[in-house]
Amino acid sequence: MVNEKKGVSRRDFMKTTGIATGTLIGGGIIGGLVGYNVNRDKGTTNTTGNQKGNNSSGQTADHPVNVGLKFFSTMTAFNVLSQATERIFPEDDIGPGAIGLGVPYFIDNQLAGAYGMNAKEYMQGPFADGATTQGYQSRLTRAEIFTQGIAKLDEEARTRYQMGFAELEPEQMDEILTAFQKGEVEMLAVTSDFFFKLLRQATLEGAYADPIYSGNQNMEGWKMKGFPGHQMSYIAQIENEEFQKIEPQSISSMTH
Amino acid sequence: MATTLDKVDVVTVGVGWLGGIIGAECSKAGLKVRGLERGAKRGTEDFFMAHDEFRYAIRYELFQNLSKETITFRNTRKMNALPMRMMGSFLLGEGLGGAGTHWNGHNWRFLPYDFQIKSMTDEKYGANKLGSDYQLQDWGVTYDELEPYFTKFEYTAGISGEDNNPFWGKRSKPFPTPPMKKTPILQRFEKAATNLGYHPFMMPSANLSESYTNPDGSTIAACQYCGFCERFGCEYGAKSSAEITVIPTALETGNYDIRFHSNVVEVLKQGDKVTGVRFIDTVTGEEFIQPAEIVVLTSYVLNNAKLLMVSNIGEQYNPDTGRGTLGRNYCYQILPSATGFFDEQFNTFMGAGALGMTIDDYNGDSFDHSNLDFIHGASLTITQTGQRPIQFNPVPPDTPAWGAEFKKASIHYYTRTLNIGGQGASMPHKENFMSLDPNYKDAYGVPLLQITYNFTEQDRNLHKYLSEKTAEIMKEMGAKTVVAANPLTDYDIVPYQTTHNTGGTVMGNDPAISVVNPWLQHWDAENLFVVGAGNFAHNGGYNPTGTAGALAYRCAEGIINYSKTGGSLV
Repeated sequence: MVNEKKGVSRRDFMKTTGIATGTLIGGGIIGGLVGYNVNRDKGTTNTTGNQKGNNSSGQTADHPVNVGLKFFSTMTAFNVLSQATERIFPEDDIGPGAIGLGVPYFIDNQLAGAYGMNAKEYMQGPFADGATTQGYQSRLTRAEIFTQGIAKLDEEARTRYQMGFAELEPEQMDEILTAFQKGEVEMLAVTSDFFFKLLRQATLEGAYADPIYSGNQNMEGWKMKGFPGHQMSYIAQIENEEFQKIEPQSISSMTH
Repeated sequence: MATTLDKVDVVTVGVGWLGGIIGAECSKAGLKVRGLERGAKRGTEDFFMAHDEFRYAIRYELFQNLSKETITFRNTRKMNALPMRMMGSFLLGEGLGGAGTHWNGHNWRFLPYDFQIKSMTDEKYGANKLGSDYQLQDWGVTYDELEPYFTKFEYTAGISGEDNNPFWGKRSKPFPTPPMKKTPILQRFEKAATNLGYHPFMMPSANLSESYTNPDGSTIAACQYCGFCERFGCEYGAKSSAEITVIPTALETGNYDIRFHSNVVEVLKQGDKVTGVRFIDTVTGEEFIQPAEIVVLTSYVLNNAKLLMVSNIGEQYNPDTGRGTLGRNYCYQILPSATGFFDEQFNTFMGAGALGMTIDDYNGDSFDHSNLDFIHGASLTITQTGQRPIQFNPVPPDTPAWGAEFKKASIHYYTRTLNIGGQGASMPHKENFMSLDPNYKDAYGVPLLQITYNFTEQDRNLHKYLSEKTAEIMKEMGAKTVVAANPLTDYDIVPYQTTHNTGGTVMGNDPAISVVNPWLQHWDAENLFVVGAGNFAHNGGYNPTGTAGALAYRCAEGIINYSKTGGSLV
């Protein structure tokens, strides 16, 4: 019964996340399947059939060589991140979800840099627990919080369902994410609700930041939202009563 | 071993609007002025990549690096103050132009009532309207005395506006440039407010409606309504700020220079005068002493107070005894608001920082407070500043904060949500103050400033009453769902609220309750001037910059007079 359900859920999961076929390596879904691929000729995001050209190292023939992991070191952890962000911002009939937008790679990038290292935050001790009104008081950097939080999501999945987080039913993932959101999961030197806040915020950032940061693939996040990105001027349109649909433009247009 | 530099007539600590104004006026009068700026040089040409919400608004490109310096915070004296480790409630500036580079450009004159709030409130409502815990006091200067300086600042900045607000003080001259465009969103507010019997008018804006050359010869360009103002610098040079106005004016005199990466850590005092400042070059780590005839603190509110504290100039305020003035009357801004969810779509992504319409029917003492449990009020404004997608994810009540429903609703309502917000006055309370933190230090070994602050009964009552009023306007605007702001609880330093911190170096006629006299001259050192919103004895129902700018112009006149005569200016 359990196995049967698992089989179904695997297929449903592939369907709901827009990932076709089950090329699995070490229990994780390979990097090429997280929907980052971009068909540049057609200018559309490929969130489905990129199984073509998979090789044993998990690369796809059309996988851009400048995309890879800079922070996470296992696909297991990266897949947990990917699925968690997809639950926060799922694909639907409006358009792609977090995975299709490249959010997991965006977050990986961010964690590898100044954001992950808390380069612009005050990190001098002594550290003490404060009131919620006093904000972030953890001795941990965001990178350390994500590492712990992602491992904890997986651990919680194995405790509750004897499966990795990335293999759970969407509702099961939601249940665990909700427990994190409510601060119910024990973490070290940080609360699970704080980790969830970071994760949620980072997901929205990846969905809507300029594509130069490797999320918001093909500006699909902006297209869904009706935000035109970088435009020089609205002086000619701002007095219009009608809603203005404007083709979005990235800030990268300023450099070439 | 500190290197001592050649003496200058005037040194300013910080080069934003206030340091720029002091620099321009004093150097035009022939004084040799040096500005010490802890951040880097920057200007319009550095903002061509500014249409990047993530870099500028989310990752705080233009703001103070908290790893070097922050503040500590607690709600009450019973709590352990802890560092503000991440930027949140307010966004501290750094670099040439200071926070005036990334302001929205709302430019106001505080009301005549503000400057005489103690005497006018007592006269009308009796001496104990709020109770003795509230430290109301007059500012030592009246609106009429300040009027020429308001005008001077507005003509320097080229402010766009219209003089048809029946509740503000008399203006000696019209606005230098006409108001900005009255967009469909603004028109909707205007109609609703008029229907309800209020008096809407175009908000005075430092994003200019047309190109303008100011009396000093600086040109400010016309705003393009691109929607990237607050938290950004303007790539058009269309948002009036110090680096395109008063700073070039000062530099042209030949009497002014700026030393960048110069972080002042102490004001040096001998006897009853200051002799200069000690600063650290943040690039080389070298220490310097800059001797000066006159020292002017023109950095942000918080840093001005901190510098006086670490330099042992003036007496620290003590909430137990009520003695001491430094750090006293720290105030913030109370932000009543209402959000409206509409069926129709608006061009909410277009806009300008100070594109808005306002009513003052509930500001100052425009309305009778006899039967109300608070004084003062707020300007109530609809702005069309340009909503950006990371920061703006509005959802109606009871929508989950993430997941499928959240995604759908936040995308749907991104262009169907409007907000009316108030800039509410904040009254000084004996338990709200600034001091030096005993535990935490900045990157230069200097103690951090500590803020003890919570919302008061006055704040909560004002907020509730005016949030209801804004909700009525929003309903009249035709919103399908109207949500008034939640009642205020405890002040929380995490979510962004406003960078309108005030007080701590208050001005006044009585040295027992003020740090500087009405010319902003320090009571304990006649050649030390302290300028900014720190001089505000309370915070009014408007954004602070216009009033701080006027005070700086008046202070510059005082400094020039002092340089000739010496002695106390009062």
